[in-house]
Amino acid sequence: MHPIVKTVFQRLGLGVVTLFIVSLIIFAAIELLPGDFGQAVLGQAATEETVAAFRRELGLDQPAVWRYVDWIAGVAQGDLGTSFSGRASSGVDRSRPVIDLIAPRLENTLFLAGLTAVVAVPLALFLGISAALYRNSIYDRTVNALTLTTISFPEFFVAYVLILCLTSLWPIFPSLSNISADTEFAERVYRSAMPALTLTLVIVAHMMRMTRAAIINLLASPYIQMARLTGASQREVILKHALPNAWAPIATVIAFNLAYLVVGVVVVEVVFVYPGVGQLMVDAVSSRDIPVVQGCALIFAATYIVLNLVADIVGIVTNPKLLHPK
Amino acid sequence: MTQTPDTYSAANEKTAFAAERTRWDKAKIVLRKSPWSARFGMVVILAYMIVGLFAPIIAPYGEAEVFPVPFAPWDATHIFGTDQIGRDILSRLIYGARNTVGIALVTTFLSFLIGGGLGLVAAINRSWIDQVLSRGVDVLMAIPSLIFALVLLSIFGSSAVNLIMIIAVLDATRVFRLTRSVAVNVVVMEYVEAARLRGEGLGWIMRREILPNIMPPLVAEFGLRFCFVFLTIAALSFLGVGIQPPTADWGSMVRENASLIQFAQYDLKAGLTPLLPASAIALLTVAVNFVVDWFLHHTSGLKDTPK
Repeated sequence: MHPIVKTVFQRLGLGVVTLFIVSLIIFAAIELLPGDFGQAVLGQAATEETVAAFRRELGLDQPAVWRYVDWIAGVAQGDLGTSFSGRASSGVDRSRPVIDLIAPRLENTLFLAGLTAVVAVPLALFLGISAALYRNSIYDRTVNALTLTTISFPEFFVAYVLILCLTSLWPIFPSLSNISADTEFAERVYRSAMPALTLTLVIVAHMMRMTRAAIINLLASPYIQMARLTGASQREVILKHALPNAWAPIATVIAFNLAYLVVGVVVVEVVFVYPGVGQLMVDAVSSRDIPVVQGCALIFAATYIVLNLVADIVGIVTNPKLLHPK
Repeated sequence: MTQTPDTYSAANEKTAFAAERTRWDKAKIVLRKSPWSARFGMVVILAYMIVGLFAPIIAPYGEAEVFPVPFAPWDATHIFGTDQIGRDILSRLIYGARNTVGIALVTTFLSFLIGGGLGLVAAINRSWIDQVLSRGVDVLMAIPSLIFALVLLSIFGSSAVNLIMIIAVLDATRVFRLTRSVAVNVVVMEYVEAARLRGEGLGWIMRREILPNIMPPLVAEFGLRFCFVFLTIAALSFLGVGIQPPTADWGSMVRENASLIQFAQYDLKAGLTPLLPASAIALLTVAVNFVVDWFLHHTSGLKDTPK
């Protein structure tokens, strides 16, 4: 077997193991709850029978291993359990399945993340490559200084400065991203513009700096000097000789930043009241609705792990040293 | 040769060079050569420390003192106005320096204590302890820390102590990785081996042999970790699951006053109010980053390379 295929399979296996352990940790969340949480969920007026019925429904009378198998089998079929909210002490149950809460919001979150990625990735590549081309020029220094400052700012600071400028002083965009399932595409893009812009500013900085660094790192290597000696122009050297070898680190950084997007999305969704998974999760944490928290955490963690895995594999596959083993 | 010591001691030999510069002198020389960005950072950090320590003296009003007019505009009595239930914004900003920065500092110290300690043990021991700790950290780092923190907060509930413990443990994983990777290179040195043969215990080797030699990267990491912890706590408080009212905290202040921003068209000052705590957070992170940048530059020996 080719060594690359072997390494890729090893990474994939490692990813599956990580996913398994992470699911164990998230499942264990409910184990750590204090014993009387049934009472807390149902309210003080709940009778002992309702609490007992609630505990039986959660399967708390069965061993933990069995419950984990049950839970993970449900997750594999898209069943994430039932929300704690909507349960009354009288035993009336108006709670909704977690998947019904998450599914429409997941679509919105993916839309926002996708919109951001479509804008941010080409912009970061363009800025990074052009900054490397005109290295040490005023352009390069300005872009560098700007990105260094946006990196150190918290997301909500960037978000509120944008709101102040673009919705309050010069009302161009709506400050609340009020979208629903039947919003048309163009309208959706317009209403999601502010959160997408905030996320773009936050992640472009990092991607751009890494792109520039990856190219400049290569400029010191002997083969680039050789290319220079043959009379190639700066543009040719960077675009034809340096860039092809810089793709691996750049791809890794892009995937890593898309994974970061998963976390950044939580804060930004809350700022713009964007109906996504992040906001759902924060609400569920405040009301301690554990099944919803578990579902959201599982989705975020799985996305994060998969994107990091992709970054890893892209890094391995595009690495010339591994492609042509001695 | 006036007097010869009976026993040899390195400490005595060192003091023989009487004219050696004191630490204070050395620090002054280093500071004189520091760039403007690092000086700016140090001044800002110092200012935050003073404001945090002397908050009750500096603040014009109490932390949770309520005045009759909510959302009062900026004027002489309330320099930055009042918040949604009529508390003086300036006073809360000043107390916030104590609470937000204090909690972040405690958390960072705790995470260095846990992560650094375990990292050193793993580096020295290199047996199954190392394996167990390293693989455990790998798994913990596979979950984005903000998401993990949210899960844990939903289980244990939001209180300052829980917040500090949770963030410290999650952050300790990063400290562990760094400490272990720098310490592994030092553990194989001859003088560590010599200390072992001398019969020194684990604690001695950790503190006296290895720690002094891995200090510079750890100190720089402390600055960066502090920024990260500070931003995480601010983000959690902003989301409403971090530091709880009535404690004055910059993250939750941004959230509480966010609605004022819509009035920026009519009164720019009102629109700027929610940005005040946010910029207090941003300014401190930028300042710490400047200082860490310079410190890394200084300790890595790349002192005079042109930028």
